[in-house]
Amino acid sequence: MSEKAESLCVTIRDFSLWYGDFQALQNVSLDIRDGIITSLIGPSGCGKTTLLRSLNRVNERYGNVTTSGDIHILGKNILDADVSLPELRKSVGIVFQRPNPLPISIYENIVFGLRIHSERRALGKSQLDEAVETALREVRLWDDLKDKLKERATSLQLEQQQKLCIARLLPLKPKVILMDEPCSALDVDGTRAVEELMAGMAGEYTILIVTHNMAQARRVSQECIFMLLGEIVEHDRTEQIFISPKNQKTIEYIEGRYG
Amino acid sequence: MEKVIEFIIRVCGISAVIFVFAIFGFVFWEGRELLISGEFNFWKFLFTKEWYPASESNPRFGVLALIAGTASVTVLAMAIAVPFGLGAAIYISEFCGSRLREALKVIIELLAAIPSVVWGFIGLTIMNELIMKLFGAPIGLTVLNGAIILALMSVPIIVSISEDALKAVPDSYREAAIGLGVTRWQMVYKVLLPSAKNGLLAAVLLGIGRAVGETMAVLMATGHAVHIPFDGTPPFFHPLDSVRTLTATIAAELGETARGSEHYQVLFVVGILLFSITFAVNLTADLVVKGIRDK
Ligand SMILES: Nc1ncnc2c1ncn2[C@@H]1O[C@H](COP(=O)(O)OP(=O)(O)OP(=O)(O)O)[C@@H](O)[C@H]1O
Ligand SMILES: [Mg+2]
Repeated sequence: MSEKAESLCVTIRDFSLWYGDFQALQNVSLDIRDGIITSLIGPSGCGKTTLLRSLNRVNERYGNVTTSGDIHILGKNILDADVSLPELRKSVGIVFQRPNPLPISIYENIVFGLRIHSERRALGKSQLDEAVETALREVRLWDDLKDKLKERATSLQLEQQQKLCIARLLPLKPKVILMDEPCSALDVDGTRAVEELMAGMAGEYTILIVTHNMAQARRVSQECIFMLLGEIVEHDRTEQIFISPKNQKTIEYIEGRYG
Repeated sequence: MEKVIEFIIRVCGISAVIFVFAIFGFVFWEGRELLISGEFNFWKFLFTKEWYPASESNPRFGVLALIAGTASVTVLAMAIAVPFGLGAAIYISEFCGSRLREALKVIIELLAAIPSVVWGFIGLTIMNELIMKLFGAPIGLTVLNGAIILALMSVPIIVSISEDALKAVPDSYREAAIGLGVTRWQMVYKVLLPSAKNGLLAAVLLGIGRAVGETMAVLMATGHAVHIPFDGTPPFFHPLDSVRTLTATIAAELGETARGSEHYQVLFVVGILLFSITFAVNLTADLVVKGIRDK
């Protein structure tokens, strides 16, 4: 038991979330293992994005959100009142559905996180340069972009933009990376490239990915969570879910009867 | 039928342009004799400060003091209105709940609906006494008074245009920054201000245009003394001096001059000067706003 507890990264207990009067998540309890890729599938509107965004509390920007229950990430309840949101978001990074680099240079996009989390004086130019190179190498963009770091990030191709959005998290050394349908705006090649990237990053980061694409869930994730109407229906090893699901609703969803 | 409607709409569109040119033409026409006569020295007009247009023996038409009046009141007004206006716009668009936002917008629109003569009245009475009391000034009708009134008058323009500019910042930028862990204040100065800077600049320029062109309120609030509020002794700028602006001069004097007289024509030349200033300011604002759209 203790061995298992050690390898957990995120534990969610009885977590519910309301948008105003509407309950979007109902008593969600989950254990997400450290260092693997977990996919989150389910029909549109079942609360995947909501659950994902709850893990670094970016949901709270819509003023009407209330929650109950616990979410522990690396042993700390992130819903406590004294949690520092900037610190939380530093260790739990997020990649959005549409690539959203800021309208500044590629270089500045990558060091943005460092700049906002450190004193101005603490950052030397060589340190920043190194962070940029490391991050871009990690997402395999360095060779393509090393000569145009001063160009606007918004002028890149979508695939490069999305990789950049992953790269800009890395200098902050996050533990968890949340991805909300990161490939839905990309073409086949872009999707493949991002999937390969994720596979390479697993191990070092705990990755949680929302996807509508079941083939993608099968390709990239070790574990898979199926959600329906704000509830967790089934959570198991990915092959288990796709080969011999336990719940009738999972079977129906995977066979494509709804969603 | 279709054709007729199209024609009418076209006439409406073109008439706006025609009116602008017609007004400029009229102002120019009324001042023409003076402008083309050899006597008029444009240099002297702009850079001397003696404004004695009604003198029998030796009329002099130097508008330097009037320009200084307009400039001092406008600059001080903007020094007050820009921080307030931008601050209010940021608060309204980013920090307050939707109910408070609607309430504040209505209040600011109300502020914009107050007629300028009412502002002038406030300047003449309440502000006048307040400034005399607070600063021990002999008279409260001063640059400061006019600037505060003008600031209040241009804040609504600055707020509403700035708010539009902030609203135009894509939400995905905000999410990107929040996802990386910005604080609210970092969001404002690292994301919103840089992204909206053209729109904010346009807001400020239109505020300046408003302030330069305003007449009645400043006429009533600034004391109507032809005087340059700058000199060589510290603090170099004296906000407790009375001044008179270009607009106020035209408004106050035009009714008393004989049509076609030299004084009358000079006032129209002052009008051309004003027109050129506000035109330049507004054109710049327009170009700046266009700059946003092209990006
Ligand atoms: N800001 C919000 N305010 C109110 N209701 C919301 C808000 N965001 C989401 N919802 C509702 O919460 C439910 C879950 O939404 P969510 O976006 O989490 O679903 P999803 O599983 O990500 O769907 P999709 O697959 O379409 O992205 C939906 O019914 C949605 O209408
Ligand atoms: Mg979603």
